[in-house]
This record gives sequence, C-alpha cells and structure tokens, in this order.
Amino acid sequence: MKKHSQMVMGLMTDAQDRLFRTLADPTRRALFERLCREGELTVGALTARAGVSQPAVSKHLGVLKQAGLVRDRPEGRQTHYRAHVGALAPLVDWTGRMAGFWEARFDDLEDLLHRMDQ
Amino acid sequence: MTDTAAETRTVVVEREFPFPPERLWRALTQPHLIEEWLMKNDFAPRVGHRFSLRGDWGGTLDCEVLAIEPGRRLVYTWDFAHDDPAFGLKSVVTFTLAPTGAGTRLRMEQAGFRPDQKQAFGGARAGWTEFLDRLAQVVARAD
Repeated sequence: MKKHSQMVMGLMTDAQDRLFRTLADPTRRALFERLCREGELTVGALTARAGVSQPAVSKHLGVLKQAGLVRDRPEGRQTHYRAHVGALAPLVDWTGRMAGFWEARFDDLEDLLHRMDQ
Repeated sequence: MTDTAAETRTVVVEREFPFPPERLWRALTQPHLIEEWLMKNDFAPRVGHRFSLRGDWGGTLDCEVLAIEPGRRLVYTWDFAHDDPAFGLKSVVTFTLAPTGAGTRLRMEQAGFRPDQKQAFGGARAGWTEFLDRLAQVVARAD
C-alpha cells in the first residue's frame, strides 16, 4: 500500500518526482552542481571536464532544461547555460510536500476503514 | 507572535469519511491499525508517551503524545532529527474528529518549525550533495 516514492516525510508530486529523477543521474547532477558553483558556462566548457562527449552533455542539458533546472542563452554560435536554482522549490516546499503526504495517507486510511470490523 | 513565528508552516488536510468517529478513533490510536495507513509504530494512547513512526524509506520520526480526548482529538509531536538542521523538522500534528450527518470529518493540522529552511534553499553548497544522494537512493528504491 505504501510502495510510492517516499522521501523523508512524504509522497512526491509529479513535479518533485521529475526533479528527483532528473538529478538522480550522477552526470547530470555534476553538470548542474557545476553550473550552481561556477555560474554561466558554454556546452564546450562543460564538456571539457564532464568526462563524457559533447553530444552526451547536450542531451543531459536538454533533460535539465526540461525539468526547469537550467536555462540557456544563445549567443552567436555558442549556447550558454546557467542553473535555475528556483526550480528546486518543490523539493524544499515543506508545506506542499506534507499536504501531498497526508492526502495519500488519508487515502490509505479510507481503505482501512472500509476493511475494519464494526 | 515572536520573530520565529514567520518561519512556522502549517498544513491542513480535511476529509469526511462515511464512518462513525469511534471507528476512526481506533484507526488513529491502535498500533496495528496505525501501521496500515501511516507507519510502523509503538504508539500508546497516553499523554507523555514517546513513540516512533518508522517509514518504509528507513527514516524514523520521534513523537510524543501531547493530548488525547477519546473520539475527538489527538495531538502528538512529529520530529525528524538530521545531522544538518536544515533537513530536520520539528512539528506538531493535531487530529480533530467531528461527527457529521453522514459520518465523520477528520481534520489533520501539522504545524512545523523550520528555522533553517532558507539556508537549505539558498546555501546551494552545504549539505546539498548529500541531500541529492539521498534522493537518488529514494528514487532507486521506488520502483
């Protein structure tokens, strides 16, 4: 019954789940952390120390962008990427996380009440 | 109101169940029933009783019964200890039962205190990697 993706205190919403999955990949996480640390970087600069090919870096950046974690800025033939830390808000939004948690627990409570003896 | 009151967050979830308060009260206060909808526990319906709620993910919540009015109201603390206070939690959960024509309205109010929440958000470096590693483990176990 409680096989959902649970973290410290609650169930994850779809948005949170997506963020977690996006950041669960070590290469993507490293790229994101580097952007957090160093500010805006080009794909080339990121590739130089990523340990994977440029197409792979671009693909990871695409996933990060879809999750809202990075933003891009084309400039000439280069694309610059920067971290969008605000996208992490669902992870630290305690209120939203707890509300989702209790709604799910109430679902299980309702199931239980139906099964209980009089 | 103190300066810290601004950091307090409250979550309220309400639902009406088509059952009498007595049945809900049992589900809220009998350990084997609590386990079925909430978490494994060693709860006892006694003010001052300290107990744990143990989650599937391996985390444990530290709780203490603060108030009991059989069939009407149950209050306990809901704390999560963490080495990094930014990821810890101190809160109080209050369940209130009110009979309605068709059953019982259950209201859950959780008031939490997160003094370091801003730090957790803004300080993208300290503790952050550890947090994400934990998330990765959670995700890996989820399927």
